[in-house]
Amino acid sequence: MSGNSTYQPKTGLTRWLDSRLPILRLAHDTMTTFPTPRNLNVWYTFGAILTFFLAVQIVTGIVLAMHFLPSAVLTNGGTSSVAFDSVESIMRDVNYGWLLRYMHANGASMFFLAVYIHMFRGLYYGSSKAPREILWILGVLIYVVMVATAFFGYVLPWGQMSFWAATVITNLFSALDQVVPHMGGAHAPGIGTMIAQWLWGGFAVGDATLNRFFSLHYLLPFVIAGLVGLHIWALHVPGNNNPLGIDVQGPQDTVPFHPYYTVKDGFYLCLFVIIYAFLVFFHPDFVGNPDNYTPANPLVTPPHIVPEWYLLPFYAMLRSIPQKLFGVLVLFGALATLLFVPWLDTSRVRSMRFRPMMKQFFWVFVADCILLGYLGSQEPQAVWHLGGIDVPLLWPARIGTLYYFVFFFVVMPFLPLIETPLERPKSIAEAVLGTAQPQAAE
Amino acid sequence: MATTTTDEPTRRDFIYIATGTVAALGAGLAAWPFIDQMNPSSAVLALSSIEIDVSAIQEGQQAVFTWRSKPVFVRRRTQKEIAEAEAVALSDLPDKLARNLNLPEDAPATDKNRIEKPQWLVLIGICTHLGCIPLNNQGDFGGYLCPCHGSQYDTAGRIRRGPAPENLAVPPYAFIGPAKIKIG
Amino acid sequence: MRIVLPLALAAALLAPTLAAAQTADSEPLPPRSLDLSFQEPYFGLYDRAALQRGYQVYKEVCSACHSLNRIAFHDLGAPGGPGFSEAQVKALAAAAKVPAEPNDKGETYNSSGERITRPGIPADAMPAPFANVEAARAANNGAAPPDLSVIVKAREGGANYVYSILTGFGQKPPPGFKVLAGKYYNPYFAGRNISMPPPLTDGAVTYSDGTKAAIDQEAKDVVTFLSWAAEPKMEERKQLGFEVVAFLVLLSALLYLSYRRVWRDKH
Repeated sequence: MSGNSTYQPKTGLTRWLDSRLPILRLAHDTMTTFPTPRNLNVWYTFGAILTFFLAVQIVTGIVLAMHFLPSAVLTNGGTSSVAFDSVESIMRDVNYGWLLRYMHANGASMFFLAVYIHMFRGLYYGSSKAPREILWILGVLIYVVMVATAFFGYVLPWGQMSFWAATVITNLFSALDQVVPHMGGAHAPGIGTMIAQWLWGGFAVGDATLNRFFSLHYLLPFVIAGLVGLHIWALHVPGNNNPLGIDVQGPQDTVPFHPYYTVKDGFYLCLFVIIYAFLVFFHPDFVGNPDNYTPANPLVTPPHIVPEWYLLPFYAMLRSIPQKLFGVLVLFGALATLLFVPWLDTSRVRSMRFRPMMKQFFWVFVADCILLGYLGSQEPQAVWHLGGIDVPLLWPARIGTLYYFVFFFVVMPFLPLIETPLERPKSIAEAVLGTAQPQAAE
Repeated sequence: MATTTTDEPTRRDFIYIATGTVAALGAGLAAWPFIDQMNPSSAVLALSSIEIDVSAIQEGQQAVFTWRSKPVFVRRRTQKEIAEAEAVALSDLPDKLARNLNLPEDAPATDKNRIEKPQWLVLIGICTHLGCIPLNNQGDFGGYLCPCHGSQYDTAGRIRRGPAPENLAVPPYAFIGPAKIKIG
Repeated sequence: MRIVLPLALAAALLAPTLAAAQTADSEPLPPRSLDLSFQEPYFGLYDRAALQRGYQVYKEVCSACHSLNRIAFHDLGAPGGPGFSEAQVKALAAAAKVPAEPNDKGETYNSSGERITRPGIPADAMPAPFANVEAARAANNGAAPPDLSVIVKAREGGANYVYSILTGFGQKPPPGFKVLAGKYYNPYFAGRNISMPPPLTDGAVTYSDGTKAAIDQEAKDVVTFLSWAAEPKMEERKQLGFEVVAFLVLLSALLYLSYRRVWRDKH
């Protein structure tokens, strides 16, 4: 994709193919000889790990869709639904159905764990900065579509959490009623309610909602796959960033992708999959919520509803704002902010390894996200008892939310004005090999 | 570590081969659950054998049961029908094999080999031509007529005329009471 | 070093919550911990005899009010389950009365308005005690008894919670606590007022294997059975898990060696 192909077709067949569809040339240039900085560390293996999990989710998902029935029609004398029953039948009757479902449910968690590591890594090493802005933005879009896909997927088993997550998230749109309170006469619904009803296909979450969410849950992974293709394309034009954040200067700074990074990615992928296997086989409901094993009941909200762990920080932000529309804006603003990171960070140094002050703010930001995640998991009216003083959790959540935005809109643009970066090595080869003399190409 | 080695880059290395082999083996084994999930589930298999009560069927009548999602004809034959079926010479039959899953594969298609008890004819009611369901008591041989392409069967369910290549199959079954049959 | 500060900060913020457990009278107690074989996450399997006894408790006690819709009789003989023989499964199924299909006249109810039943076959699901949730509610003082198929997975605390509820009756409410009309005091239940009357008594069942049927024993047995009902593939899962993890460890080791070999001249 980046030109300068070194591919040499060896047989008559591959020469014939190469002049018609140079797909082997593409594979060769992007996955074999692609010059990759020689100093990528373990955090750079998560791109491959993510690709693997996208494939796992798509394959297990297609297979589960052969058995899942997206219908909210009641069964068992009104105590259950077709969708809930079909999931239970997957867990019990379908050959290896339990394995496929646990792989899919826990695969989503591993996918998000990997994507968060991947994003924090990009942030830390300044991978969003020129010339990789488009690469970063595509990544943010992938993340947003992942969130949507995961949300639709969580609704499908039609348990209590499914139903109420669908209700709460779709009701976010009703906040827009505060912008346009009436579409038509004085008693007409507002624009937010109209959008919500359009999403539901009714006056509340129901059978129609479940059906369309299933359709979208099946569609969006392929959108993700398409975006991933663009993401990788956008990676191969400027090439990889690296932990030093300095540009590749010549062949002495790089190694071919294969076998150097195929084997390294493969090794770390295997370690990551061991963690995944522990979840799937020994703690399959660790990330799940018991309430989702109770069939959906539109008349009873569970006492404590929480989203999946990977959405908790955003949930904490939403709840920390006492005003409906503003809360929703903060929620979506937190996501949208990520799109502007390439321009918000004004430092000329990419890697935070050489930014002593930014590094501190970065780790506080990581802790802030974890804190927000924790706060999002707590009951809304929870209170901390700090040495005799009662602190409603609302307050740390507000401080955490504030810091999230301060980090992006104050620290990132203005810290470089007062920060003195450390001296950076002159080249990757020098840093890796401990010599200033560029080596002959190997 | 800037040491250089003199290994041939193409030298086949045991470690690489072992790694590749184990990885390929793992991928192969991991494929099995994805294939096996399409096989009949345990809920389907639980119905793979059924017990039916045929006491309500009158002579000359037939009842249809469902076994493994297929129609099973249970016909209580009249003496006349039995005599007709027994009188047919093997040489008149297009398909000379009994097609009875309770008997060896090469058993001849005599009437005796098509039934357990003379009065009771138990058949899988699917035309051996292209899978349609034949009609009862129709056709020139007093047995069945397939509405799709005109295959005709006699009172032992044997093909007599038309495009069907084989006699109607006899499912695995056994009498577990005077009028109680276990199929499958 | 660089992550110590934020971690310490986070720890300082999180620590106080540990001491923040509220002990208002209506707050449920944390469930009592059991130590049943299957609760061990890596090696634990079901106790076959306890599963069979637990089925007996379910059938003779719980099934009067609680359905078990997702369990069919043939499941009782499936690998990893109670391990009844094929003949036993058939007998258990035949002893149950399941709703019959429409008869020749298209009737599903007889002239006195009762549901026509037939003896079960192994493929039948366990018959439910009530035809629908409304009937269940009407017969139980407004609170429909939940289906028990996945109850162990549907409650925080799992088997421990169900066990605690079953054995948590008969305690004296704290002074001032109001037990509502038609309810029972159970400190492990949210709000501590539970609609279910104490289901188990000493000797509620007679075990054929000679085990003494005390409340605690019955509760453990039925909790084992319900844990299996919620997760019937647990044994298969753990066994396959070991093979998979062992394979992955081997593959990791090989990949590590390959990785070191590929990279040995590069850094």
